[in-house]
Amino acid sequence: MSLLLLGIASFLLLNLAAGLWRVMRGPTAADRMLAAQLFGTTAVAVLLLLAEGMGEAALRDIALVFALLAAVAAVAFVQRVWSRGGADVAD
Amino acid sequence: MSPIDLLSALLLLGGAAFFFAGTVGMLRFPDVFSRLHALTKGDNVGLGLTVLGLAVRAESLAVVGKLLLIWILVLLAGATASHLIARSSLRRGIKPWMAP
Repeated sequence: MSLLLLGIASFLLLNLAAGLWRVMRGPTAADRMLAAQLFGTTAVAVLLLLAEGMGEAALRDIALVFALLAAVAAVAFVQRVWSRGGADVAD
Repeated sequence: MSPIDLLSALLLLGGAAFFFAGTVGMLRFPDVFSRLHALTKGDNVGLGLTVLGLAVRAESLAVVGKLLLIWILVLLAGATASHLIARSSLRRGIKPWMAP
């Protein structure tokens, strides 16, 4: 069972690597930020799978912190970069 | 393999499939709004199924509670962030993609 957990975690990591293509291509800053949001959630899932597969309960707390940081990052992005005020910094 | 293990494996594989679909959508969809659609489905359902699959085989109720807490946090954060990004993209004048 632990093999399955670690296998799924590796598969999600490969998904992450594929998503980097979107970060590179853009075209707008919002597209890059969306890819980063997907990375955040995938990282949470990977950490939860690793916590169960390797028996490291502390990884669940790290996943919790990741989820919180992703929310803060998205709100800060919209507020400082993507809203009308900071127009041309974005692209 | 016990029934619990089987159920957990099915849920986890379903979650991985949703994450895969989210990544494919992120790479293939044409504009920021349709990519939001791909992202939120991958986020909410993919992580939800993963959390469920881990919760059925968790050793204590405290662990289940923490898993659910993480999922609810991601749901709230994802909904808020998607709404903010979509609204400010519209206000910047990005037109939603139409089929040609």
